[in-house]
Formats: sequence, C-alpha cells, structure tokens
Amino acid sequence: MSVATAKELLAGGVPLSYLDRGAGAPILLLHGAGGLPPDAPFLDGLAALGRVIAPTHPGFGRAVLPDWIDSVDDLAYIYLDLLDVLDLRDVTVIGCSMGGWIAAEIAVKSTARLARLILVDAVGIKVSDRLTRDIVDIFATDPAELVRLAFADPSRAVDPATLSDEALQIVARNREASALYLWEPYAHDPKLPRRLHRIDVPTLVLWGESDGIVTPAYGRAYCERIPGARFELIPNAGHVPHIEQPEAFVEQVARFICAPAPSLRAR
Amino acid sequence: MRAWYFSENAYPYLPDPATFPSIRVSLPNRNFDPKIGAELYHRYLDEWQTAEDVGLDLMLNEHHATATNLNPSAAIVLGALTRITKTARILILGNPIGNRRDPVRVAEEMAMADNYARGRLEVGFVRGVPYEIFAANSNPVRTADRLWEAHDLILKAWTSHDGPFNWEGRYFNYRQVNIWPRPYQQPHPPVWVTASTAAQVDKIADFGHVAATFLTGFDASKTIFETYRNRRAVNGQPMHEDRLAYAALVYTGDTDESGYAGARKLLWYLSANKVATQFKNPPGYASLKTAAALLRGASTAFDRSSSLEQCIEQGIVFAGNPDTVYRQIARHHAHVGGYGHLLMMGQAGFLEHDETVRGMTIFAREVYPRLKELLITA
Repeated sequence: MSVATAKELLAGGVPLSYLDRGAGAPILLLHGAGGLPPDAPFLDGLAALGRVIAPTHPGFGRAVLPDWIDSVDDLAYIYLDLLDVLDLRDVTVIGCSMGGWIAAEIAVKSTARLARLILVDAVGIKVSDRLTRDIVDIFATDPAELVRLAFADPSRAVDPATLSDEALQIVARNREASALYLWEPYAHDPKLPRRLHRIDVPTLVLWGESDGIVTPAYGRAYCERIPGARFELIPNAGHVPHIEQPEAFVEQVARFICAPAPSLRAR
Repeated sequence: MRAWYFSENAYPYLPDPATFPSIRVSLPNRNFDPKIGAELYHRYLDEWQTAEDVGLDLMLNEHHATATNLNPSAAIVLGALTRITKTARILILGNPIGNRRDPVRVAEEMAMADNYARGRLEVGFVRGVPYEIFAANSNPVRTADRLWEAHDLILKAWTSHDGPFNWEGRYFNYRQVNIWPRPYQQPHPPVWVTASTAAQVDKIADFGHVAATFLTGFDASKTIFETYRNRRAVNGQPMHEDRLAYAALVYTGDTDESGYAGARKLLWYLSANKVATQFKNPPGYASLKTAAALLRGASTAFDRSSSLEQCIEQGIVFAGNPDTVYRQIARHHAHVGGYGHLLMMGQAGFLEHDETVRGMTIFAREVYPRLKELLITA
C-alpha cells in the first residue's frame, strides 16, 4: 500500500489532518510525543486489520494549533468530536505513549462509539509517591540517555543529525507540542486514576518489555485500574514497540480485535 | 549615553567542571559554602555602592539554580540597594514574568521598591535564558504570550487607583487586584524589556519601553535596533536613543594590557557556562529554525568559548585602556545606529574586589564623560 495522503476536516471547530487507510472496522490510532510516522510498517499492518484513522495532534507535524488548545483533555474532546463527524461506531482506539493518555481520557468521558481500547506504553497516571517520578522527564534527560531508555536496541532510533533541515524542524515542532501537553503536571492527570473505573470496553494494555521511559510495572498498575483489562508484554522492545517490533505489535492487536469481546458493557 | 554597572553575583569557587555535567539547573548546592557565599553577597552590594559613588547607574538581575548568579530573587537585592544607595537609578532587568506564576506579586514588589528608592527604580521584564525554564518549572511553550499578559496586568495594577479590578485572562485569573502601595513614580516606573525576536521588538516599540539586548554583537544588535526604530516610524511615534540598550562585558585599565587582563577574568561568565544539552534547548523556547539548528548541535550565544580577541571583535567585550574602550564602544554604537544605554557587566568569576573597583573607576573617570558626548553627536 502506498502512503496515503492526509485528509482534513473540522472536529469541534478544530482543523484536523488525518490518515485514512484500509477498510472495515474502524481503528482510531493516536500517536505519541514523537509524532505520527506516516510510512511506518506497523501502519500497513493495522490497515490490513481495518480502517485506520490516524490524526496528527494539533501542533504536531504540520497540524494547525489553535491558541486555546493546551491540554490532553482538549485533545480527548476533539477526538470525540472526530468520531462524531465521521460517524464511526465500534471503534478500536489505540493510543501510544502520550496517545495512550489521550485514549484513556476519551474512554473515561464516553465509550459510546468505542468497541475496544488498546493502551501502548501509555502515560497519563501517577502511581508512586510525590518524590518518585513514574515517567522519565524527557525534557530534562540527556538525548543519548533518552534513546537508551526508549529503545531496546538504541540503533533503531533515528539520529537527528541525519535528518534534513525541514524534517528536523518537524522534530522541533513535535517537541514543542509535547511540552505544551505534557509539562505540568508532568505527563499525567492526577484525577485520571479515579476515573479509569468508568472504562467499560475490553481493554488491552500493551508494553515494551524493556521500556525505560515508563516501566512495565507502571503499565501493570495502569492495567489494574481498568476493569477487566489484560496486560501483554512485547519482547525486545522499549517505549515504542510498534516501531521496534511492528509484527509482534500488529499480531497482538489482531489477536485482541478478533477475540470475542467479553461483554463488560451493560447493554 | 547612560552607563549601568551590572554584576551577576557569581559563586565561582567550584570543583573542576569535568566533574559535573552542568553549572545550570543540576549542580548540587552542596558546592555552595554559606560562609563564603554570605561574604560574596556583601561584597557585591559594596561594589554596587562603589559604582554609585563613581557616578554610574546600577543594574541587577536574577537567575535560578545556578552558580553563575546567586540572586534567585532580584527583588530582595533590589530592596537592599534602594536603602544603601542614594542617587543612582536602579534597573532590575529583570523580572522573569513569562515564568512567574503571580504577576500581581511582581507589581507589588516593584511598587514597594520604587517607594523605598523614592522613584529611582526602572523595572525590566524578561523572558529569561532557556535554562531558567527548568528551575521555574514553567511550560516553555507560549512564554512570550504569558510575558505580555503579565506585563499588561502589572501595568494595569500600577495604574489603577480606584479599588479592586477583575482580571480573567488567558493565563492569569484574579478577582480583587488592588495593590498597596502604588508606585512612587507616576504613572509608573520606566519599563524595560529584553529583546530578541523581531516580533518581540515590535511590541516593545509599540509601548515605547526600553528594548535591551545582551551580547548580540554588531549585526544582530543592528537588526534589533533597526526593527525598533522602523516600528516607531511606522507607528508615527517619536524615537530617541534612550529607548535602546546594549549589554556587554566591559573592563577598562590604565593600559591596554591591564584592561585585557581584567576582561580575561570577566570571560569566566562565558567559559564557565557549561550547560548540559538537554537544558540548552527547551522545546518551544526558540524558533523552530533555531531549535532545529540546536538539535543538530549548533552553539548558542551563551555558550561561546572564544578568545578575548574574538569577543572584542564580535562586540561582546569592550576592553583595554580608556581610549581603546571608547573607540570600541563608539565603533559598535555607530555600527548599530546608536543606543542610549550601556549595560556593563563589570564583575564576573574571579575578578577580585579591588580589580572590580579599579575597572569601574577608570571607566567612570576616563571613558564615561566621552560616552555622554557620544549621544549628543550621534
């Protein structure tokens, strides 16, 4: 499949740019702080499972950033609007890292259009005491150390020095947007753990086995707060298992989507 | 031209820089010995007093979590200076109001200090160097927008005299703003803002505040000052050199050799500024173009390790005997189209007290009178 061109629409008055690939049951894919890599192999894999809708969050890539937007809460409402505008039903929402936080915020607000939720190395909650940081401070960590923490195999990381000026400016813009959304409280919503009980769709929490940004222990703690959620590790992967192990990642998603959905929701 | 003596009040007695990754943000304060630090605080106040004695105006600033500057609260130093000086104007440059949570507190502190100073205060607002973001814990994105909203709120607080007003803005919310005291100077103390990008300079020019630029040398300073002048012209507003200020490292000796020797000690300010990569380029602080260049490994204005000769050539340092210093400043002044204020860092690092006093005294006696003429003839 060739790289799809981005489509555009207004969701709740916000201009959104999104990839629309594949056909069938809808999958809403929410990217992490690194942005959406449009030609990543895992996207091809997901597009074979259903219709993938993958928006670029406002402020990332080349996406417009209205001046009133500054929180993951804003993004969650915008994507609920997106589901309405496209009239998507029985959606599988997949969120990676910061996208996982957005996905969780969507699910605690409304699962009316959701069939399933998949959180991948997600941030968004705090589980430890006030002196213990659960999530590595990506903005205050040496870049080389960050790569070692984020990847099971650091050689899989993109070296910024190899990028064109234009691509590097996109990296800078992604960092800027990440800071806008993640800065304080750092990469989490203190209220979210109190709301996760509202999630009433089958949920899979997927984690890179050697994630050093948010550890599998954090992932398990996340999982325990979501009723009936299942936890799975992806070996030989860090914070971005969909990039490091696309086949294993897609296989996990496929197994979860095809599995008969346990009826958690009161119908 | 007015000359302002300025010192960052550094704590230079540090271990070998090879043993720590960053002098900013992360250097443990166990390296600060209070017995030495307390003496330094008093010494630096003495030097500001001496600067007043030799006829200079005074400037102070603040930085956080760093050994390069022991003043995390410029307002406290300002309070002391208002009491121990009598005639000099005192410029605080400045209050980092893009990072501050409580602009009304800043309005209160400055109004209070202006009364202590009986109207000698000039109030600067700054965005701050990038590393300040981490100590302030402020979101580095949209700091300029926050700075300007805080600026608007502070000016409103200074100039409202009929009881509380309401402020429900994009970044700040208050229901009962009613500061006591009001400023000594009416309607309010002169305002300065540090200038970097053209968009910022336009806003500073619209208000007619003083635009100050630090260590931007010849061409970058020229661009900033031209932007200011052009904006005033486009607005149909009057223009005067006293709206523009340039900050450099300055050391004047009896001879070129003694001037250069003092200046080499001042260069500690640049050479000691070892900053870890992750603190140099907080996301959203710089333009995308600059941020991308930094991601590729470019150096910033504040991490030069140039020789004294290079720094003089670049217009970052003015040093030598009085004639030499005058010629260097006059050349820079002419190149950038003129400015009305020279902010002189006259102490840094291991420049001892007597050396600091000697440098500022020779400057005040031999160079300053000629600089005052410079404005008239420019």
